[in-house]
Amino acid sequence: MVAIASREIRDGDLVFVGMRLPILAYAVARNSHAPSARGLFEVGLMRDQPASGFLGTMGDPPNVAGALWATRMSNAMALLAQGSVDLGFIGGAEVDRFGNLNTSYVGDPSRPKVKLPGSGGGADIAILSRRWVTLMSHERRRLVERVSFITSPGYGDGTPAWRKRNGLLGGGPVAIITTLCVLRFPETGGEAFLDSVHPGHTVDEVLAETGWPLQVSDAVSETSAPTKAELTAIRQFDPDGFWTGASR
Amino acid sequence: MAEAIERFVPDGATVAMGVALEPLIPFAAGHELIRRRRRDLELVGPISDMLFDQLIGAGCVSRVTAAWVGNVSEGLGHCYRRACEAGVPRAIEVHDHSNFSISLALWAAAWNVPSLPTRTLLGSDIVRTNPNLSVRDSLVEVKAVRPDVAIVHVQRADELGRVHAWGPLGVTEEAGLAADRVIVTCEELVDASVTLSDPNRILFPETKVVAVVHEPGGAHPSPVQGHFKRDHSFYRDYGERSRTEEGFRAWLDEWVLGVQDRAAYMRRIDVQSLRIATHRPSVPADFGYE
Repeated sequence: MVAIASREIRDGDLVFVGMRLPILAYAVARNSHAPSARGLFEVGLMRDQPASGFLGTMGDPPNVAGALWATRMSNAMALLAQGSVDLGFIGGAEVDRFGNLNTSYVGDPSRPKVKLPGSGGGADIAILSRRWVTLMSHERRRLVERVSFITSPGYGDGTPAWRKRNGLLGGGPVAIITTLCVLRFPETGGEAFLDSVHPGHTVDEVLAETGWPLQVSDAVSETSAPTKAELTAIRQFDPDGFWTGASR
Repeated sequence: MAEAIERFVPDGATVAMGVALEPLIPFAAGHELIRRRRRDLELVGPISDMLFDQLIGAGCVSRVTAAWVGNVSEGLGHCYRRACEAGVPRAIEVHDHSNFSISLALWAAAWNVPSLPTRTLLGSDIVRTNPNLSVRDSLVEVKAVRPDVAIVHVQRADELGRVHAWGPLGVTEEAGLAADRVIVTCEELVDASVTLSDPNRILFPETKVVAVVHEPGGAHPSPVQGHFKRDHSFYRDYGERSRTEEGFRAWLDEWVLGVQDRAAYMRRIDVQSLRIATHRPSVPADFGYE
């Protein structure tokens, strides 16, 4: 997932990095195909070079040393609000066919079945970044027909120009990267479709683990396996497998 | 510390903490709130890495106004879940925000206006469930959130309340300006000649600061640039043990209720493995004037 996520970063992008796996994806991209990307962290940091030490969070000391900018959160949010952030990453607990994410409540918010941690910066990224990508575990209970609570809006109810009608500045989600496959969206937004299946998995498996009748691209392919350079970078930045080890 | 909490954080107070996000979290002050059995607190912050979960589990909290409550490197906040889902140990009210909107709510209070407009949260159901957010003319109005007290941990301060912190600051400045008063805990208590040598680095007007507590290690397990690394395994251990209410109670007895103060707590930590050994001081700014 880390290698696939890193490929979403284009050279020169300003990336709103977020937490967990995207931190590693940013480091991999910088060390392979996107040497002039910059990372922005809502804690109040901008960097070019990935941190030279292991990061458990974006605020860990190695991420601060050598930063391009250490500042307050509202300054990082200013760039996001101006439409200057090219790409953001958001982790999802639940996602639906229109790319809306729920990280707040499963069930009735006044009496939730599950209280999830909340938005963090997720809603801000979803609404204001030029494009964004979700990373999540592919399970039928997580990929649902409609999320019960929209924390971070994708394409809303899926009707044309939903984002524009509701005043959302950014372009919306471009991909959902799961443990089984990559889902993508049409350029004008709307409904997710199956674009590629990771090596070792099948289209049928993806369909069985998805909670809506998933559209499959005519050109559905196998996701390219991680390259040697990508694997080397992953091992460099996560040497003990804290994020990418079998126990996660 | 006990005196600062006793005097300046009464039951029912609105308390901003964890305002630098993952670093500089005032855990020692939070644990003192638990030991002093504070009740009906409203906690205010952007993301809370574990501290809010502990205060909620200890029964100190009646409302949370925050963007995210959990355990950043581990995921869910199990006490937060039990409180919201089952009212254990008590029911709490939640005012959800995003990181951007909680910053704006604090800036609104800092600038003494009822609300500030923003483009974030358009299309999010957070606007539907939080009574302090509303949509008008394709903008979200974020109502001011005014803490009674902000508690911050910093690298150094002097005894008159001039505070230096460095690294990313999250919403520290707006939280301090919005709050009625600020409690500071610090790694180093320094002379005023140190703090006043670099007035750009002073976080708040000294008039906001009501208490300065010299509390080395007061942010453990969160990191402090130049002093302490993040103690990742401590977060993992808490995440596992707090999965059940019994496990959380045992954790709380071991690390908070059964510990007299922060100095005693620090004697149980492998301080040497966490201390930052390689220093990278910045080049001083020249404040010459004649």
